[in-house]
Amino acid sequence: MKKLKKTTDAIEKAMNALFTFCGFLAVAFVLMITVFLVISGIPAISKIGITDFLFGTTWASTAAEPRYGILPFIFTSVYGTAGAIVIGVPIGLMCAVYLAKMSGKKSAGIVRTAVDLLSGIPSVVYGLLGMIIIVPLVRKAFDLPDGANLFSAIIVLAVMILPSVISVSETAIKAVPKEYEEASLALGATKTETVFKVVVPAAKSGILTAVVLGIGRAIGEAMAVMMVAGNVANMPGLFKSVRFLTTAVASEMSYSSGLQRQALFSIALVLFVFIMIINIMVNFVVKRGESNE
Amino acid sequence: MNSGISKRRYIEIAVLNVLVYISAGLMCLMLLGIIGYILVRGIPHMTLTLLTSKPSLINDTIGILPNILNTLYIIMATLVLVLPIGVGAAVYLNEYARNKRIVHMIELATETLSGIPSIIYGLVGMLIFVQFLSLGTSLIAGALTLVIMTLPTIIKTTQESLKTVPKGYREGALGLGAGKWHMIRTTVLPSAIDGIVTGCILSIGRIVGESAALLFTAGMANEILGIRESVMPGKAGSTLTVALYMYAKERGEFDIAFSIGAILLILTFIINLAAKLAAKKLRRKEN
Repeated sequence: MKKLKKTTDAIEKAMNALFTFCGFLAVAFVLMITVFLVISGIPAISKIGITDFLFGTTWASTAAEPRYGILPFIFTSVYGTAGAIVIGVPIGLMCAVYLAKMSGKKSAGIVRTAVDLLSGIPSVVYGLLGMIIIVPLVRKAFDLPDGANLFSAIIVLAVMILPSVISVSETAIKAVPKEYEEASLALGATKTETVFKVVVPAAKSGILTAVVLGIGRAIGEAMAVMMVAGNVANMPGLFKSVRFLTTAVASEMSYSSGLQRQALFSIALVLFVFIMIINIMVNFVVKRGESNE
Repeated sequence: MNSGISKRRYIEIAVLNVLVYISAGLMCLMLLGIIGYILVRGIPHMTLTLLTSKPSLINDTIGILPNILNTLYIIMATLVLVLPIGVGAAVYLNEYARNKRIVHMIELATETLSGIPSIIYGLVGMLIFVQFLSLGTSLIAGALTLVIMTLPTIIKTTQESLKTVPKGYREGALGLGAGKWHMIRTTVLPSAIDGIVTGCILSIGRIVGESAALLFTAGMANEILGIRESVMPGKAGSTLTVALYMYAKERGEFDIAFSIGAILLILTFIINLAAKLAAKKLRRKEN
């Protein structure tokens, strides 16, 4: 009996240790990712010089006298993301309003299924459709030699962020207390006015979270953008072929070497810093939203 | 209309209403358009040769069997590795952890992981698994990368369903003299199985759709691998998504790309349906 107790005790202790280990693995992974990115990203930055790297406007990694300025990529990522937000968020918000407040049960079910399915479509499929439909359309509509440019990328990104913007904003709108609405209706506002002037403003911290999540998705998207943005390291213009931070890493990785390869890791580090800032913003917005309630 | 509503107000309301309905309609139209276009362009080229062979230069044919197999291998390898870790972490958070600070730290870490874009996972996976652990560009390196990427999903869904297991179950088991691990194994985990299943389905969806994280870890090879070969270091292989990218972007084989797109679309819809059913079951238990 005593022996049995001893073995069960040992097993209990071992399982306790094992579960604790699993729990801390997530933390270990985050640390590992950060350490590996910093270690491999720093050398090129220190060799090139941080100002030349971050604020240099020319990227010519394979030239005889290579230049490694990533300002074009940073601006492209910022413009592309901003464009996707400007187009995607209003449509997404309207759709969320429909789902939360202005639809019957059946029609809401249909639209919600559509949104769910859209969010499950792989990004390469969006990229393929962009390549075959959007790019030629943009070329014809604006009479350009090539339709693979920032504008096409913005449209594809806008479509891709819609599902997450819609589902997060819908949750936020639904969380607004019913009394707000009832008070507004009782004061003589119509249903639509109530939704747009009372409910949506009351849900603004949740909607802000949706926007920030959309920014995170857009800035991190690589494959779809690679297929429609043209991939030339230009300073961004709406109808210029451009390269994002993500595509800058992906497009040269397979054949890079030496300082060029190190510089690609540095670009990834810059992207990682952007993402971390966005993560912190999400946490901050969510926390503030919770303490308001 | 109500006489108290001025003309300007009336127009404003009408415009907002129209915009709302247009946006909602747009979603449905977009989905129908995407499904229709992909299926119409993809299905006609889905021949038996395409589905059951590997690309052959001699016969000048393209086959995607290797990519289908690689996708399955990566799904299996990832789930086998991520399930114990993810479920273990959720059990720790829900059953063992006493310190609120530690729980908060781990939850912050999982949130951070779920916010990192897949291209960064691809790069870090290449640095850690392909180079540092010298597994080479291989399916197993790809699967290990996806383990880190899908971990947050498994932890979150398992944790949610662990929370629905009534306290009485635990007290009952402990009161009968079960040890903590015995209690978890026999009482808590079986009651949380549907959350774990939901997590698996969501992870499969993520893995099927993933491409950027696999491009530099699992590689672009199109050879047919056996099950045992697939977990060897150095055995590279592209999944369906990576193959779609290569055929569309690098080789201009759009018919093949659309066929793969049709397969991916059908797969993701099946996964979506499965996830919905599992979630419904989970919700019914909560009520």
